[in-house]
Amino acid sequence: MYTYSEFDTAFLAERNRQFRAQVARRISGNLTEDEFKPLRLMNGLYLQLHAYMLRVAIPYGSLNSAQMDKLAELADRWDKGYGHFTTRQNIQYNWPKLNDIPDMLDALAKVGLHAIQTSGNTIRNVTADHFAGAAADELADPRPYAELLRQWSTDHPEFQFLPRKFKIAVSGSPNDRAVTKAHDIGLRMRRKEGELGFEVIVGGGLGRTPMIGKVIRDFLPLSDLLPYAEAIVHVYNRLGRRDNKYKARIKIMVHEHGIEDVRALVEEAFTRIKPEFAGADTLLAQIKTRFRAPDLRPRETQAFDTAYRRDPVFRAWADTNLAPHRKADHAIVTVSIKAHGQTPGDATSAQMRVLADLARKYGYDELRISHEQNVILPHVAKTDLPAVHAALLAAGLGTANVGLASDIIACPGMDYCALATARSIPVAQDIATRVEALRLEHAVGPLKIKISGCINACGHHHVGHIGILGLDRGGVETYQITLGGDATEAAAIGQRTGPGFSYEEIVPAIERLLKAYLDLRESEDELFIDAVQRVGHAPFKAALYPTEAHADAA
Amino acid sequence: MPRKHHPKVVTANDLLEGDVVYRTAAGSWSSDLRAAVLIEDPEQASTELALAQSEPAMVVGIYLADMERGPDGTPQPVHFREAFRATGPSNYAHGKQAGLR
Ligand code: HEM
Ligand code: SF4
Repeated sequence: MYTYSEFDTAFLAERNRQFRAQVARRISGNLTEDEFKPLRLMNGLYLQLHAYMLRVAIPYGSLNSAQMDKLAELADRWDKGYGHFTTRQNIQYNWPKLNDIPDMLDALAKVGLHAIQTSGNTIRNVTADHFAGAAADELADPRPYAELLRQWSTDHPEFQFLPRKFKIAVSGSPNDRAVTKAHDIGLRMRRKEGELGFEVIVGGGLGRTPMIGKVIRDFLPLSDLLPYAEAIVHVYNRLGRRDNKYKARIKIMVHEHGIEDVRALVEEAFTRIKPEFAGADTLLAQIKTRFRAPDLRPRETQAFDTAYRRDPVFRAWADTNLAPHRKADHAIVTVSIKAHGQTPGDATSAQMRVLADLARKYGYDELRISHEQNVILPHVAKTDLPAVHAALLAAGLGTANVGLASDIIACPGMDYCALATARSIPVAQDIATRVEALRLEHAVGPLKIKISGCINACGHHHVGHIGILGLDRGGVETYQITLGGDATEAAAIGQRTGPGFSYEEIVPAIERLLKAYLDLRESEDELFIDAVQRVGHAPFKAALYPTEAHADAA
Repeated sequence: MPRKHHPKVVTANDLLEGDVVYRTAAGSWSSDLRAAVLIEDPEQASTELALAQSEPAMVVGIYLADMERGPDGTPQPVHFREAFRATGPSNYAHGKQAGLR
C-alpha cells in the first residue's frame, strides 16, 4: 500500500489552509462567485442541482481500511450517511455545506486523501486497473506508474491551465479493465522481447464526440514514461483548441491533425526533453518501495471447496463476484454496490465500515474502487471467503451480480447533476428490479449496461454493450439506446438503434432486448455482445420497435 | 414555432447550503417554491433578475425559471428539471421533499 511522504503531507496541509481562507473570503463577500468557482473546482467542490458536491480522489482506486473508515466518518458528520462511488474512482458527497468543506478536507488529509485535481482543466486523478497488484493476468502492478504520473502532474506549472481536462488511465494487464482506449492517454503494459513497456494510446474520450484512442507508440520502455507523457501534454497544450470548449479535448486534436502528425511532434518533443528527466528512474524506484505487495501467507482452500459444494447462495456469489488472483489459494473479491433497486455506487457509512473491517481482518488492509462503481477486496484467502460472504450478506453487500445486467454503471443524472438532461439513477434502479423480478440476469449472463444523463457520457454509455443516454426532447425525458459498445481492449463505440424511449418505456424496451437475445443466441456460451456482432442490429431493432417492423412489413 | 410565454420566478442556489432558493415578493430568498413571487410581465421579470444580481450575493447562479400558475395560485414548474429542483432527488427522500412531508 502506498504511504505518503512528509512532502505530500505538508503540501496537503498548505493547500487546505489556502482553501479555508478562500472559502472564508467567499462567505464574507470578498470573492465573487466568478472568482471563487475556479478555486473551488480545483479543490473538487461543485455546485449541483440541490446542493454542493465534494469529489474526493481515490488515486488509482486504492484505499486502506483507515481511509475507508474516514470516508464513512465524512458521510456521517457532514453528509447524509452515504457516499457515491463513481466511474472515475472517486467518491462524491452529495450534500455538504460550504462552511464545512475545509473541515472535511482537513479530515481527509489525516489519512492522506484529498480532492485535488478532481476537476478543472488539469491532469485529473489518474485511474488504474482495479485489480492492480492482485490479478492473475497482470504483468506488473500499474500503480507505481500511476503514482509517478500523479506526482509529476500535481501542481505542474505548465499544466494547470490546459485547453481542457486531461485523463490518464493505466493498466498492467493485457486484459484492459481500465478503459484505456477511452482516455486522453491510455497506457497498457505489454512485454516485448522479454522487456516490459507500455503501449501508449492517445486521443480516446467519450462525451459528445466519442472516440476510441489511437496507438501513438506501440512500445514505450517503462523508464521513458514521464518524458513521453510530458511530450504528449506539451504538444496538446500548444495545439489543442482553446477557441471552442467542445473541440478542446486532445481527441479532437488527434482527429484534426491526424495521428501521424501528432506522433511526429510528440517524438520530436520527447527527444528534446528526455535528458531533463534523468532523475525519474530513482523516483520510480522510491515509489515502488512504498507499493509493497502484502506477504500472502499460503492457505489451504478446504473451507472454500466445502461451502462451494454445499451452499448454492455462496456458489452463485463466488461464480459472479470472484476473479482469479495471482496466488491460486487467494481470490479477488468484487463487492457489488449494486443491490437490486438501490442506487448504483452508493454505500452507507455502515457498509463502508464493514468493508474496512473485512479488509483489516481478511484482506491485508487493502481495498480498491472500480470504475464500475463497485468495491474490491483484492487479496482474500479462499478459505476466508465463506466468512467474508456471510459478513457481506449481513450488511446488504452480498449481491451476486457482478458483470450481469443489474451491475449497471449510472451517472448521477438529473437527480443531482446540474448539467443533466434526464435522470439516470431511477432507470438503473428499475432495470435491476425488473431483471431480478423476472430472474432474467443469470440466464442472460455477462452484460454491460451503462447509463448517462446527458451527452457528457460520465456513465460511459458509449462503451456499454447496451448504452442508454437520457435526453430532454421538448421538455420530456427521452432515452436513446446504443448497442455494441465495448470497454475492453477490443474497445468500440455503440451505435444508436433508432428513436428514443420515454421514461415509462425504457425499462420494457431493455427487457425486450434481453429476451430477443435469449431467443436468438446460438448457445449459452454466446455472450450478448458476441450475438450483437454476429447478427447485427436488425433483430434487436425488431424487438425494440415492434410496431415499426410491422408497418415496414405491411 | 414561437415559444409560449410563461410567468417566471427568480431562482438560485443558496451560497452556504447549496439549496435551491426562490425570490419572494419581499425581495428575500425562500427555499419553498410556494413562497416565490410569480412574475407575469417579461419586462418586470428582467428587472427583478437584474436587481437580484446586483445585490451582495448570498446566493449563486441566479436565473429566471418558467412556471405556470397552479390552481391555488402558487407557481408550478413547467419543465421537469425545475420540478426536481423544487422537490429533490428521486432515489431518496432527501432535499426539500424531506421537509415538505
Ligand atoms: C455530477 C457532476 C458532474 C459534472 C458537472 C460532470 C461534468 C462532465 C463534463 C462536462 C464532461 C464532458 C467533458 C468533455 O467531453 O470535455 C464529463 C465527462 C466525464 N465525466 Fe463527468 N461530470 C459529473 C459527474 C461525473 C461522475 C459522477 C462521474 C463518474 C461516475 C464522471 C465521470 C466522467 C467521465 C468518465 C467522463 C467521460 C469521459 C471523458 O472525459 O471523455 N463525471 N463530465
Ligand atoms: S453524464 Fe451528464 S448528467 Fe451524467 S453526471 Fe455527467 S454531466 Fe451529469
